[in-house]
Amino acid sequence: MTQLILEQALNGLQFGLMLFLLAAGLTLVFGIMDCINLAHGSLYMVGAYFVAAAAQAADSFWIGLGAGVAGAAVLGLLLELSLFRQLYQRDHLSQVLATFALILIANEAVRMIWGPAPLMLNPPEALSGPVELPLFGDTFFYPAYRLVIIAFGLGVGGLLYLLVARSRVGMWVRAGAANREMTEALGINVRALFTAVFVFGAALCALAGGLLGPLLAVQVGMGESILILAFVVIIIGGIGSIRGALVGALIVGTVDTLGRALLPTLLRAALPADAASTLGPALASILIYLLMAAILFFKPQGLFPARA
Amino acid sequence: MAFYQAASWQKPALITFGIALLAMPAVLTSFDQAFYIGFATRVLIFALAASSLNLVLGFGGMVSLGHAAFLGAGAYAAAICQQAGINEALIAFPAAMAAAGLLALLVGAISLRTRGVYFIMITLAFAQMAYYLFVSARAWGGDDGLPLNGRMQFAGIPMSDDQTLYFVAFSAFTAAMLLFGRLADARFGRTLQAIRENETRMAALGYPVFRYRLLAFVLGGAFAGLAGALLANLTGLASPNLLQWTQSGTLLVMVIIGGVGYLYGGVVGAVVLLLLEESLVGVTEHWHIILGLLLLAIVLFAPKGVAALFRKRHG
Repeated sequence: MTQLILEQALNGLQFGLMLFLLAAGLTLVFGIMDCINLAHGSLYMVGAYFVAAAAQAADSFWIGLGAGVAGAAVLGLLLELSLFRQLYQRDHLSQVLATFALILIANEAVRMIWGPAPLMLNPPEALSGPVELPLFGDTFFYPAYRLVIIAFGLGVGGLLYLLVARSRVGMWVRAGAANREMTEALGINVRALFTAVFVFGAALCALAGGLLGPLLAVQVGMGESILILAFVVIIIGGIGSIRGALVGALIVGTVDTLGRALLPTLLRAALPADAASTLGPALASILIYLLMAAILFFKPQGLFPARA
Repeated sequence: MAFYQAASWQKPALITFGIALLAMPAVLTSFDQAFYIGFATRVLIFALAASSLNLVLGFGGMVSLGHAAFLGAGAYAAAICQQAGINEALIAFPAAMAAAGLLALLVGAISLRTRGVYFIMITLAFAQMAYYLFVSARAWGGDDGLPLNGRMQFAGIPMSDDQTLYFVAFSAFTAAMLLFGRLADARFGRTLQAIRENETRMAALGYPVFRYRLLAFVLGGAFAGLAGALLANLTGLASPNLLQWTQSGTLLVMVIIGGVGYLYGGVVGAVVLLLLEESLVGVTEHWHIILGLLLLAIVLFAPKGVAALFRKRHG
């Protein structure tokens, strides 16, 4: 039981960190530019396809990851310059409509180029096995690749934190999120800053997509389910707050993973088997939404409001 | 946004439109195109669903991304009624409206405490909860949905004939539109629109802002439930897919392309979107791309929706 809980907790941490990579870009685009980007999940999907295709062509996971992330950044740049720039000034409804259209286009374009079947993306050879971890004098096996994802997530998350909380550019970004007009009045080129943030967000999407590719299937529609989770994360954390995105992502990642793994077992102990087998999966799926509704009920602006 | 006001040409245009809709099944049958009666029914049902969202979104100013939950609740309520032995639509449809309205009351009472983007997301969260509940409810078919054992009957007349179902859908749609039009011009609608324009001021004038909003939200939910019950009869299935967030997105897209806050915005949007789908499916397998590009064009070139292109704005 301890092993199961530990393993699931690590899985939750790993999932949470990947959610953070997605949510970081989303919360900045949302917070600074006040732009609802439903197509953020599509960038994640397209990024994963770029990584998978490049990895197949180069026969190396790491080269593929680098090339895919770069490709997604270029795509993000093109999208920002051609479309999103025009959307920032529009109301939320126009943004919802435009980015909904982008989802349709992205899904169909991917289907046309790579076909309807999922793409295979293999983790690097050296990381395919499990590693032994010490556990209270005992040992415990955990997939090496998942550990690398955790390390990656912690590294990128730490870097992002330094960038946003300690650097000058990060200060502009936070200032833009708190009060856009004032930031512009102080002589910051907010337009260029927006472009940079959007491109950065797209690259983080592709990084998460590429890293999660070997664990989940690289397929059409993979963006939509994770998009909703990313939105839950930034709502819980407070829109525009990187710290909120990190806390929210870790909460959602662990609660979702642990809930799915443990809730059915726990319920079986408390309820008759019939009721438990119906209620368990249902409750596990809606757990994070319940959590979000509860948090919004008590803190309507999220845990770390950026515009406090 | 201006207050809703009926244009002078609206009444004759609507009467012509209504007569055309009434004659449609006979015309289609005489041209041997009876197949399209089913499609026309689907358009009517979605026009009703989109209009119910327009009441919430356009007149109430509440951007709900969870409206599909009420559509699905209505569909399931109808299917469950039939399972319980009630095959009469005159009982099952009001029951579906009540069930969806009750759900809307619950969701609205909590969601309406939040504003703006947070409201969008909390309605989405509730819709997702409803989706997962229905997916895992094995008694109601789980993933596969709850199939209907043939269509119900309306006042004793079986709706198994496509024409009968069309006329039932037409009546429901007409009744709802007449009610929405009446409401928009009545005290309730005026107050609702005033709250949309300036909530603080209305609150200061002593209007119970929260209650007005909640009532509009519940009404919208109930009529979405009616649309869901009709849809279950049309397709013969109450499917969890009806509650998916993309379905809420589609309804929202219908209202936006039709014209937010125009009484017939939802109708125009449903007709435009479904006609586009139907005609593009025949052209290419990859019709989603063309639809996406067209939607982008609408955002960029007709920002107030298609209905607004034909309509002068009233101050």
